[in-house]
Amino acid sequence: MAQTGRVAKTAAPSARPNADVRPLMGNEALARGAWEAGVRVAAAYPGTPSTEILEALSGYPEEDVYAQWSTNEKVSLDVAMGASFEGVRALSVMKHVGLNVAADALMSMTYIGVNGGLVIIVCDDPGIHSSQNEQDTRALARFAMVPVLEPSDAQEAPAFMRHAYEISETFDTPVIVRSTTRLSHTRSPVVLGERIEVARREFDDNPVKNVMIPSHARLRHPVLLEREAKLGKYFETSALTELEMLGRAAGVITTSISHGYVKEVLGDASVLKLAGSYPLPERKIRDFAASVERLFVVEELEPVIEDQIRAWGIKVDGKEFFPRDGEFSPEVVRAGFVKAGALPDMGIGDDVFHIEPTPRPPVLCPGCPHTSAYMVLRQAEARVAGDIGCYTLAAIEPLRAIDTCVSMGSSIANATGMAKTRGMTKTGVEQRPVVATIGDSTFLHSGLPPLIDAVYNNADITVMLLDNHIVAMTGGQDHPGTGKTLRGEQTHRVDYESVCRSVGVKWVRTVDSYDLAAMHKALREAIDFKGVAVIISDRECVIDPVKVKGIAMEVRAESCTACQSCMNVGCPSISWSDEWFDGRHKVKIDPNTCIGCTFCAQVCPSDSIQPGTGL
Amino acid sequence: MIIVGVGGQGVIMVSKVLATICQMQGHQVKQSEVHGMAKRGGGVFSHVRFGEKVWSPTIPKGGADVLLALEWAEAMRWINHLRPGKGIFISDTQHIMPPFACRSRQRNADAAYTRETPHEILEQIQDGYAMDATTMARDLGNERAANTMLLGVLSTALDFPAEDWRDVISRFVPPKTVDINIKAFDHGREWAELVHENPDHAAEQLRRPEIAPALLSEAGEHDGDFVQLDINVDWCKSCDICVKMCPERCLKLDDQLKAVLHKPELCTGCRICEWLCPDLAITVHRDPANVKASA
Repeated sequence: MAQTGRVAKTAAPSARPNADVRPLMGNEALARGAWEAGVRVAAAYPGTPSTEILEALSGYPEEDVYAQWSTNEKVSLDVAMGASFEGVRALSVMKHVGLNVAADALMSMTYIGVNGGLVIIVCDDPGIHSSQNEQDTRALARFAMVPVLEPSDAQEAPAFMRHAYEISETFDTPVIVRSTTRLSHTRSPVVLGERIEVARREFDDNPVKNVMIPSHARLRHPVLLEREAKLGKYFETSALTELEMLGRAAGVITTSISHGYVKEVLGDASVLKLAGSYPLPERKIRDFAASVERLFVVEELEPVIEDQIRAWGIKVDGKEFFPRDGEFSPEVVRAGFVKAGALPDMGIGDDVFHIEPTPRPPVLCPGCPHTSAYMVLRQAEARVAGDIGCYTLAAIEPLRAIDTCVSMGSSIANATGMAKTRGMTKTGVEQRPVVATIGDSTFLHSGLPPLIDAVYNNADITVMLLDNHIVAMTGGQDHPGTGKTLRGEQTHRVDYESVCRSVGVKWVRTVDSYDLAAMHKALREAIDFKGVAVIISDRECVIDPVKVKGIAMEVRAESCTACQSCMNVGCPSISWSDEWFDGRHKVKIDPNTCIGCTFCAQVCPSDSIQPGTGL
Repeated sequence: MIIVGVGGQGVIMVSKVLATICQMQGHQVKQSEVHGMAKRGGGVFSHVRFGEKVWSPTIPKGGADVLLALEWAEAMRWINHLRPGKGIFISDTQHIMPPFACRSRQRNADAAYTRETPHEILEQIQDGYAMDATTMARDLGNERAANTMLLGVLSTALDFPAEDWRDVISRFVPPKTVDINIKAFDHGREWAELVHENPDHAAEQLRRPEIAPALLSEAGEHDGDFVQLDINVDWCKSCDICVKMCPERCLKLDDQLKAVLHKPELCTGCRICEWLCPDLAITVHRDPANVKASA
């Protein structure tokens, strides 16, 4: 049976790995590091690519660490701060855009400092795999004067977390540990360490430090400036700053995941691997610059390191050769060095096959309850202010029923603004009704203040609250509307109807998302209602927490007129069959993926779609 | 090694198996994937790198020693990542048609799916395998075991003990499906051995017969692209049915609340409005001669 191996490989070390090494995803390694560092309280709002960190942390014993989902990132950071005030190590986790939500708290916390160590893990998304932008957290960290640490792979992550807590407590500062999608979702072997138990510090009864009123804050600002200088010096000798002197022709300053790409494509260059992008060890960088003939900075996204080095009057190459947008890869970094003349152009990576790739954009799942909301909205020809969640996928064909999507919770206030233009006859009349669509978790995250605002200002809008009983986009997390906590304990479940009524919404109706006619009727009435109307489109997500499976639908080919109306549902279970009618493909339904939601049957004008007999 | 497929096919499971078995042989391993959109029908990919020291978690174009594809169009999307002339290509020939591919409502439209056939691709690759693993796994009892069957093929190219493979696979597949997955793995191994011994014979016997490049069009049986809509405004009672049901949304009610075709360029002549109009006010013409006759 044995075949000769045909994959080129280096000699494998003979020893089998010992039991303390485990393959962990970057996010799991960060969680491990937090646990090892003795974290006591952790809070987060889910967001790709950060979600798995708190999920992993909730796998550690309850007596070690209290972990919770918070309603949004600001709440999560405030909760972590509370724990820090009380003298225990605390953690808040979010994605890059979450830090915008939490920024208000962060900007004060940086003045206050910490009691128990406070670390914020922020996961950036270069390449925008699953976000609305690719902002660079390092720039925000520098703005907040909060040190930022950037591990380069999962193996380093636990050590970086331990250092982060030490730095936080030594320098009296919150610390940001920054990951990226690539690091968060790369699995590699990690050496597991022991947990250190850190004694609780006494509450620091010091209003001048803890209560940020103008007279106190004025005293704290100079402390920040001092702290920045001290941290810069600390990183000169920190174990996290690694200098590798090889050739002198090229020297590269880099950090985070970019370090791996640099080592991969320019293995003979000298490399100064920084602990993070702020504050920088000036002496170390000056010495390194002087020791090489040509200095590069290779950093993903913004020129955060490069700008600081340039400001010191050091000659350095960076963003001229390495793009400011998009995710780095060995190809991108190689191309940069080729462009800079540091590497010859070997034509590596040129296409051998010339193939037009088949477009395969992500779509709503078969039976996704969000589908119906957008089917009826499309027919109502409404102006639709969308929000963040799976349902944003309804912005593309064939549903194409979302006109705007800005940030978490924007939809309702966007709709208010749109509706307020409707009465302005002098500027030309726009008649389309205005509807905001927002998911359950997004509504609780930041949809409530704009709803109150809309009622307060008597906006004539319809809000569709798409309640699928879960945070679906990030893989199915609980939230206050599910009645379950991160650790699965039962808790109070938010009742959306009473929430809406209590803030003054006069027209509220809960409708089964699977009943297209009822959805149509509700939407028509809601639009006719003058003022804020809320439709709660109510049906659980078909994949989380339970995979829903009903009787698959079947197409009666003999009566199918190939009108393609069902294709407008955008369901991945429906595709063309080999049969034709009047020059068009008839359709078929994949019984393995169809869950029997009946949307297609409800729109079929010839009643050709019926529950199958195959099951 | 790059593993690609469509959400739900088991790309991540296959990657974990590979990462674990490489680690068992004492290699350093990095395995990189992107979450988030995976569940939503998008393409899923995972990079697995192993060796004494691994720096970048991702594999550059032209740098993959192995491309393992669980779906044909995804194989085509990633094929240029294979090391030219040396990389091993293993792909299921099954097609998972994205809804996007069946979007055109134009008459005689074909699905927007890759045109390359396994035959054409294998001719250009030294070490290539294309098998209808999904059908073969279905024949064995569970088509979801197609991924372990492809692992069986891959196992003959890597110098790891077969027992280790079976051990790792048993740990990562759902407990109830261990037997079928081991069976599929062995089947894939045997299939690959057969191909090694006698490429032509095995290929003829076991590689899926050529897939028709495109579904046969019936173009000849129909008239051209001519479409004209006649709406008898006297019979139209503004019921709005045609406007609401038009799949292309090219009809609307005008100021007099009569149906009009306001976006004629979008009309595909599907006749839904004609069939659904309760007052028979709409006629769809496909033949220019008929228009003249009725005019």
